[in-house]
Amino acid sequence: MNKIYLDNNATTAVKEEVLDAMLPYFREQFGNPSSVHWAGRMVSSAIEKAREQVAELLNCSPAEVIFLSCGSEGDNYAIKGTAEALKHKGNHIITTAVEHPAVLETCEALEKDGFEVTYLGVDRDGMLDLKELEAAITPQTILISVMWANNETGNIFPISEIGAIAKKHRVRFHTDAVQAAGKIPVDVRAANVDMAVISGHKIGAPKGVGAMYLKRGTKINRFMHGGHQERNRRAGTHNVAGIVGLGVACELALRDLDSNYAYVRQLRDKLEQGILETIPEVKLNGHPDADLRLPNTLNVSFNYIEGESLLLFFDMKGIAASSGSACTSGSLEPSHVMGAMGVDIVLAHSSTRFSLGPDNTEEEIDYVLNELPPIVQRLREMSPLYNREEPTPLSCDECRMVHRA
Amino acid sequence: MYTEKVMDHFSNPRNVGEIANANGVGEVGNASCGDIMKIYLKVEGDVIQDVKFKTFGCGAAIATSSMVTELAIGKTIDEALVLTNQAVAEALDGLPPAKMHCSNLAADALHEAIKDYREKHPA
Repeated sequence: MNKIYLDNNATTAVKEEVLDAMLPYFREQFGNPSSVHWAGRMVSSAIEKAREQVAELLNCSPAEVIFLSCGSEGDNYAIKGTAEALKHKGNHIITTAVEHPAVLETCEALEKDGFEVTYLGVDRDGMLDLKELEAAITPQTILISVMWANNETGNIFPISEIGAIAKKHRVRFHTDAVQAAGKIPVDVRAANVDMAVISGHKIGAPKGVGAMYLKRGTKINRFMHGGHQERNRRAGTHNVAGIVGLGVACELALRDLDSNYAYVRQLRDKLEQGILETIPEVKLNGHPDADLRLPNTLNVSFNYIEGESLLLFFDMKGIAASSGSACTSGSLEPSHVMGAMGVDIVLAHSSTRFSLGPDNTEEEIDYVLNELPPIVQRLREMSPLYNREEPTPLSCDECRMVHRA
Repeated sequence: MYTEKVMDHFSNPRNVGEIANANGVGEVGNASCGDIMKIYLKVEGDVIQDVKFKTFGCGAAIATSSMVTELAIGKTIDEALVLTNQAVAEALDGLPPAKMHCSNLAADALHEAIKDYREKHPA
């Protein structure tokens, strides 16, 4: 069976060069980089090399890079660490309704501790109103947190403009750059970002490693207590092999940024046009201007069909994608991103994300475009909403009750 | 995550469609949960001669709909009224816990269709 992986925003395979670079750090160079002896020394230089590679991708100083375990840790650290460090200055945080749960749930947790959070809405295209963002800033505002690009729609947020607003009002600015890094230029200096978080496994490094850019002079409370690693900014023995892998993945991402963008974008555009041309009643979720979306991401809703059943039929054909339906989100409600964009409830349950990578081929896209229409048609024929005359039953009191409990 | 039986009924659902001259039709679920099931019945005498379904929903929703049609065909309406969502799930060798709420409504849809039949055909 064909195996076509179109879920690169969920995770990616470790790149060959990355794995090759990592392997010596499991057995030959197993030392603890904090040790003074030979075993430690030979490893600590590898960590510093990786730090430089990450810094190059983000255009910052290596001293401003902190290695972590994952993107979620970085978002937690940046937001909670700022809230604690700056609570004497204010208690207000501004973020968006479409952030990753690592940001949203961290902000919700802080609300329980007395912080006030503004969740900026988005328009139907999933975009922010920067005037609204600026107007939300109060003397109490200590942090603005806006993702560089959205994981579900691929929408790219105007990070440089937001950075300028944050600078003007002297408010700290954190961005979750997990989806943007490696796919589009992420220049933290040019964008006036104070904190940016990236994750290894989204860019061809392994799971279990990430990094945060922390601008020099940015005061932040420790998140992980313990040893003095990472200049006292993150305790815990280094994940040496993972860090080496992240470094190489960043170097490759920077080297191939332009060519990967062009290649992946052309495949994505082909998939997008092919779907919209051959299948009726499909809605594009995200900004209609493809320049304002990540080059690899396509989010569409196949009306009248629930997302999980679509994914299962795709899976039978070897196609791996993801969905914003309630069944796949693990909750009783569909994607919060689709909700924030005001996407109709049936279409939200139907939302399907294809996220490509440089390993995909044109033949794979042709295969997908060939397999999709009959699957969609088959599920539509099965759906009581297709060719329906009476209104669709919408609400469910029982679900709300379950959700609240 | 799903049993083999669920995947079998999901990938080859039995009795999909509508019955043109159905004498009982029932629908449960809503778009908010992401599951809507509609059951069409052809009852003759007191016996369910034919059942068809249309479902908007996840793999479990489609599989339970398919299974309930198989369980109901040939039964009297009194026998069919005793069928529970739980029994449908068990006939599929079980469902993941998260699917027991919204997606396991097929027996309810069948009961709604029987209710509709009885309203249209009072004894």
